[in-house]
Parts: sequence; C-alpha cells; structure tokens
Amino acid sequence: MKQAVREAFISKILLLTALSSIGALTLITVFIFAEGLPVIFKTGFFDFIFGMKWKPSRGIFSIFPMIAGSFAVMAGAMLVSVPFALCCSIYLAEFAGRTTRAIVKPAIELLAGIPSVVYGFIGVTVLVPFIKNNIGGNGFSVLGCSIVLGIMVLPTITSISYDALRAVPDSYREGALALGATRWQAVKMAVVPAAGSGIIAAVILGMGRAIGETMAVIMIAGNSLIIPLSPLDPVRTLTSNIALEMGYASGMHRQALFATGVILFVIIMALNILATRVIKRAVR
Amino acid sequence: MKLHNKLFNKDYSFQNYNFKVNFSPGSFKAIIALVILSVFYCLCAPGYCETKKLMIAGSTSVQPIAEKLSEHFMQKHPNIKIEIQGGGSSAGVQAALSGAADIGMSSRDLVASESHLKTFTVAYDAIVMIVNPQNHIENISRDEIRKIFAFDITAWNKINASSECGVITVLTREDGSGTRGAFEELIMGTVEIAARALVQDSTGSIREIVANDIDAIGYISFGSLNQKVKALAVDGIKPETKSFTEADISRKYKVIRPFLFLSKEEPQGAAREFMNYIRSEEGIAIIKAEGLVPVL
Amino acid sequence: MNSRTEEKIAVNILRLAALSAIAVLLFVIIYVAYKGAGSLTMTFIFENPRDMGREGGIFSAIVSTFYLAALSSMIATPLGVGTAIYLCEYTTESAVTKIVRFGSDCLAGVPSIIFGLFGFVLFVIYLKLGWCLLSGALTMTFMILPTIIRTSEEAIKSVSYELREASYSLGATRWQTITKIVLPQAVPGIITGVILGVGRSISETAAVIFTAGSALATPESILESGRTLAVHFYIIAREGISMERAFATALVLIIFILLINIITYALMNKFIAGKKT
Repeated sequence: MKQAVREAFISKILLLTALSSIGALTLITVFIFAEGLPVIFKTGFFDFIFGMKWKPSRGIFSIFPMIAGSFAVMAGAMLVSVPFALCCSIYLAEFAGRTTRAIVKPAIELLAGIPSVVYGFIGVTVLVPFIKNNIGGNGFSVLGCSIVLGIMVLPTITSISYDALRAVPDSYREGALALGATRWQAVKMAVVPAAGSGIIAAVILGMGRAIGETMAVIMIAGNSLIIPLSPLDPVRTLTSNIALEMGYASGMHRQALFATGVILFVIIMALNILATRVIKRAVR
Repeated sequence: MKLHNKLFNKDYSFQNYNFKVNFSPGSFKAIIALVILSVFYCLCAPGYCETKKLMIAGSTSVQPIAEKLSEHFMQKHPNIKIEIQGGGSSAGVQAALSGAADIGMSSRDLVASESHLKTFTVAYDAIVMIVNPQNHIENISRDEIRKIFAFDITAWNKINASSECGVITVLTREDGSGTRGAFEELIMGTVEIAARALVQDSTGSIREIVANDIDAIGYISFGSLNQKVKALAVDGIKPETKSFTEADISRKYKVIRPFLFLSKEEPQGAAREFMNYIRSEEGIAIIKAEGLVPVL
Repeated sequence: MNSRTEEKIAVNILRLAALSAIAVLLFVIIYVAYKGAGSLTMTFIFENPRDMGREGGIFSAIVSTFYLAALSSMIATPLGVGTAIYLCEYTTESAVTKIVRFGSDCLAGVPSIIFGLFGFVLFVIYLKLGWCLLSGALTMTFMILPTIIRTSEEAIKSVSYELREASYSLGATRWQTITKIVLPQAVPGIITGVILGVGRSISETAAVIFTAGSALATPESILESGRTLAVHFYIIAREGISMERAFATALVLIIFILLINIITYALMNKFIAGKKT
C-alpha cells in the first residue's frame, strides 16, 4: 500500500517535470505578448506591420523595413544554403563511403557548434571588406549576411534532409537500378522525390533558423532602417533590431522591441508548425 | 514519428545508435553524488568574507571611465567590490529607478520624468567626429556634418575636391543611445539622420568600422578616442579637452555633454566613498588622463 | 549525354559540395587559430582581464562560463530526464504526450533572442534577480531543455524491453525498475544530451548578455553578474578593444566546442560498438 502511494506520488512529480517544457513555452509566450501587444494595439496592427518609419525617440514604431529585411536575408541564406546542403546530404546519404561519411558528417555537424559570434566576427573581418573592395557598396549588406547565414544553417538542412533520404526504403533504389538506371538516376528520379517532404521540412526549419539568428547578423547587416532593394544594400532584421536597441530602450521603446519579438515569435512558430505538418503528411 | 523526432533534435541525431554500454548501478550513484556535490559547490562557493558590493550599470560611454576609476578605487579599498555593467543610458536610468543597480550611469541629461533621481556628474565629455586616418580631411563644418548625415552629401569629393575617398559610409548610433541623443541635439538640430545610415550599438564598434573603412565617418565620445581613428576639428576647433576647464566648455568646443551617476536615494556607504574618490586628486587625474573634463 | 558521364559529373559536383563544407569549417578553425594562437598562453587563461579586456587574460570569463553551463545543465537535466521518463515509461501516446512533444519541439525552434527577451523580463525585471548568473542559467535551462529531453528519450527508449520485463517479473515496482535498471543503461545517452546542452550554454551570446549581464569581475556567487567567454569575445571583438585577445578568446571557445563534439562523438561510437558485441 505504502509503495503504491509512493509510486503514484512519483508519477505525479514526473508529470510535473514533463509539463516543464510546455510550461516554459507558455511563460515565454505570455511574457513576450504581455510586454509587446500594448504597443501593437496602440500603433494599430496594420500601421505597426506595414508602416515604414521606426523612430523610437519620437514614439513612431513601424517595422516593415525589418520584416522585409528578415525575409530578404532569409531568402539569400536559402539561395546559398539549399543547393549546397542538398548536395552534401545526397552525397552523404547515397554516395559517400563509410569512412568518408564518418569524417564528413561530424565535420558538418561541428559547423553548427561554432558560436554565432565567431561567424559574425569572421564575417566582419573577412567578408565585409572583401565585398566592399571587390563587389561594391560599403560591405555591410544582405549579401554578406546571406553567405554567413547560409553557412550557419547548412548543418540543419543537411542533417535533416540526410535523415529524410536515409528513411527512403531501399526498394526504391533497387527498383530503379533493376530498370537499368544508374545510381545517380535512381537517386534523382526515385529517392529524392520520395524524400521530398522531409527535404521541404528541412528547408522550412532552416528558414526559421536563418530568421532567428541574431549575433552574426547584427555584426554584418549594417542595421540601416531601409528596405533593401539590392543585395549590396545594408539591412536591419527583426532580431538585430531587438538586440541593437534593447540596451538603451525604456518605456514604450522597450515595449516596441518586445512587439518586434512578438512578430518574430509568430513567424518562427508558423514555420515550425508548417514543418511539423509537412512531416506528418509525409509519415502518412 | 521517427523522422519527426529526428527533425527537432536540432543538429544532433542519435536514434540510429543504441545506448547499450553497461553502467553499473554503483557508477550511476557515483555520478549522482558528483552532480549533487557540484551543486553544493556552486551554491556555497560565494565568499564568506565581508565585502561590500556596489553595482553600477548603464551607458556604455560612461563605462570605460567608470571601469578605470573602479579598478584604482578597488586597489585602495579591497573590501569594496564594484561591478560594472553596460547596457545603455536608459538601462542605467531604469536600473537606478528599480534598484537593480546601486548606481545608474547616463551619458545624457535626464528628461523631466526622471528628474527625481539623484545625480552626480562624473565628468564632461566631448563628442568627436571621427574618420579613417587615411582620409586627408582635417576640418568639417557643422553644416557639412548635417548634410552628410541627412545623405544630402554622399561623396567625400563634395567636401574636399582633392579627396581620394569615395562614397561616404555614414555611421550612427542606435535610437535611444545617449551619444546619439547628444549628437542630434548638439549638431543635427531639426535635421533627421537618414534611414540609410549604418547603425551600430556601441562606441567601440563605430570606432572599429571607421578604423577599417577609409570612407567612413562616425561620432564617438572623446574618452573613447584612440590611435586607430582621426578626430576632426568641427568649425575649425580641435577637440582637445585636456586643456579645457568646466568653464571653457560652453565657449570652446560646442559638442559636449555630462556623464552622470544616478541613484534613487542620496548615495551612502560604498557609493559615497566611490564618489568622493572620483572628486579626489587621484580621481581627477584619471579623468583627465582619459581625455574627459573633470568637475572641480 | 551518356548516362554514365552524367552520373560521373553529378557525383563529382556532390563531392565538391561536401568538400567545400569541410573547407569552410577548416577555414574558420585555422583562421581563428592562426590569429589567436600567438596570444593564447597559460597566463592568458589564468589571469583576470584588466582595463576592460585590453590587458590580462580571460580567467573570470572562464569561471562565469563554468558557472552558467554547470548551473543550467544541473537544472535542465532533472527536468529533461524526468520528462523523458514520463514520456517513455509512464504513458502511452495521448493528449498529454502530444502537448509535451509540441512544447519541446517549439521550444527547440525559438530563437535565442526571444529567450533573451523573456529571461530579461521574467528573471531580471519581474523576479528582481537582476543581471546575474542565476538569471542567465535559468534562461539557458529553457534553451537546452529540448535537447536533453530528446537525447534522454532516445536513450531510454533504446533500453530493451526484456530487461524491464525481467525486473517487473522479479516484483520490482515501476520506479525501482527505472532507477535500478533503465536509467543506469541510459546514462551514457543522457550524458551526451547534457554535454550538448553545455555546448549550447558555452556558445550562446544573445540570450546570455540580456540576462547574465556582462560584468567583467570574477563572480563570487550565482547572484552576481558575470561575462561568459562568448559574451566577452563579442564585446572585445566588436568594440575593437583588443584583436589579439579577441581571437585568443575565440580560439579557447572553439577548443571547448571541439572537445565537446569529440567527446559526444566518441560516446556515440562507443554505443555502436557496444551494440555490436
């Protein structure tokens, strides 16, 4: 009897710990929204999202240039990263030998472990002067951010698409080979399409990571408050807007930064849920 | 489901592997004991000695001089430990109001709603316009500065026809920064800084970019000036604060602002001692050596 | 084009992509090592920074990093392992597990800056902890929780059912089975997760700078502010305080990260070997 009580007690405690992650998520949502929403309502949802001017010292809060900036940088990062990551994952999953895989895969995963500040700093000291001297503009640009972010999200997209490719049953490959296809044709026509939704989910999660990255972006983006129209234009993203001004912000200004966080949070959650959906469909 | 799990396992994946090394219950207990011991170490490590702590937070412009002063102060008063934190002027005001810090640092004058805070002027600081040392320009007018920051002038050869520099890289601080506030008030007036200007969130990073970009112009606190950048004369007056006294400030170099310590109550104890030290001969010498104008 | 030639070209392009990924990694490591190795001495590691990091070493930053990583993994491990035990041993797929999984998946995707904002309002402002290592560690706890949950879950799942059944048939209760049979088997996997969490705490900047602050002095308790290695690197590199010291700090960071990756990789390989025998 005593033991049964103890067991029941333990299971309740474990349930509590299990609820910690969802509890954390709820806390984050509640606090970010509670701090951020008042400014959005005060400015008006439409004005906050689609207005052009961000002048906290005059109480003007509109973040369209930052939203545009985040998406521009994300798109650039995907252009750099997706072809690269797909090649890496296809190579690792389908063509690499055991030893090659044992070296290359952890190396690519290590790329994810390098702190983002280190990427940002190398971007500033190497990439920014390179762009200024050889391509144009002042170096702080969408282009620079795209390249660095592309490298940073490479491991995410590679390792998830790798898993998706490995999950394709061998019968697909064997079937294609039996029909006289080369291994490359088998991969191109049977394996990659079969892993399609896994790869799409990998790209969506990569997008989320690119939009959410802060420290590297703040160092390379230039943080100008304009909508970037060329790859050489400087840019300010949602994340860098928060990190840049948080230190000095107070009152309404700080709330407006939380409101920026709210928009960022919503975009990221939408991407996460989209990725989950894509995967669930694939599993069925 | 497997793939789904995998997806969110960030970049590391494990389920291809089975964890089947046998760890005996004994070593399991040893590990738990180790973890608990280290918890105790972490919780109990705080020193038992009687040190007084002083938390100072706020403006990154005031931070360098505050660090310098506190380093020397702590050598003389080993029983007082001063922690200095950046964050910005507004964070400094907030920290002083909320009590998150004993002293807040601000590099701008207080606005009306903050005026009930007790202020202590550490020193006065000049804001200097900086360019790359390879840029041959020496003097700039306030009107030219306004035009550059509004993007009405975008090339260096419009300022000086013989200049070898190209398109101007305009650097500004982020909205809310004390340095930017002072710059806008003292130089820009009603003219707005253009949205195209590059924005950086610290004096140091502005200085670093100017040091590496021959076309760049920015503004920083005089106290943060170093060999890697060149300070411009504004309207023909070189910012040489070492020769300034408090009374000279308004007559000579016009671009000047106070560095403030803020506190909710009248400062006492360690805070008072630190402030007395700042006013002492030694403190004044340190302030002068950093290129700031001491309060006498 | 002949399909054999096509295959050859395609495979070479794929190989080139993989090689360039490695080239990028090598470039980052060699670049930092080349610029930083000159200043990386014993005194640099064991001396405290002076003059805002312009002089001296990084000892206080190493201490702060240690506190932050140790504290956050100490709080996150019981929570994460508890969650994993609950998911694997106490329940079948249900609404509760769905919610728990949703929470952990979403938490894994939340950007670090959001954690920073959240930690700042909740711990620094609302709970009045101020900028301190505890605030930073609590924030990091939430960040590394999903990693620990996932790895522990995989580790616990991989313990064979025969063992559990044997334990139950001997009359052991569920909790006894878990603590005496399942967990000891799963410990290596759990440790891997914890080490990965430590890796994230070490390399994180955005969330830490808003919550643990950036005071340079050696923290004497977890209620004091501290500047971790990543934050120290960010500040002295960004503000151009000392390039040599910035690179040396980055080198120390990268060495830590390399060690962590090598350890986890070695642990995993050991499991594969263990599985085969």
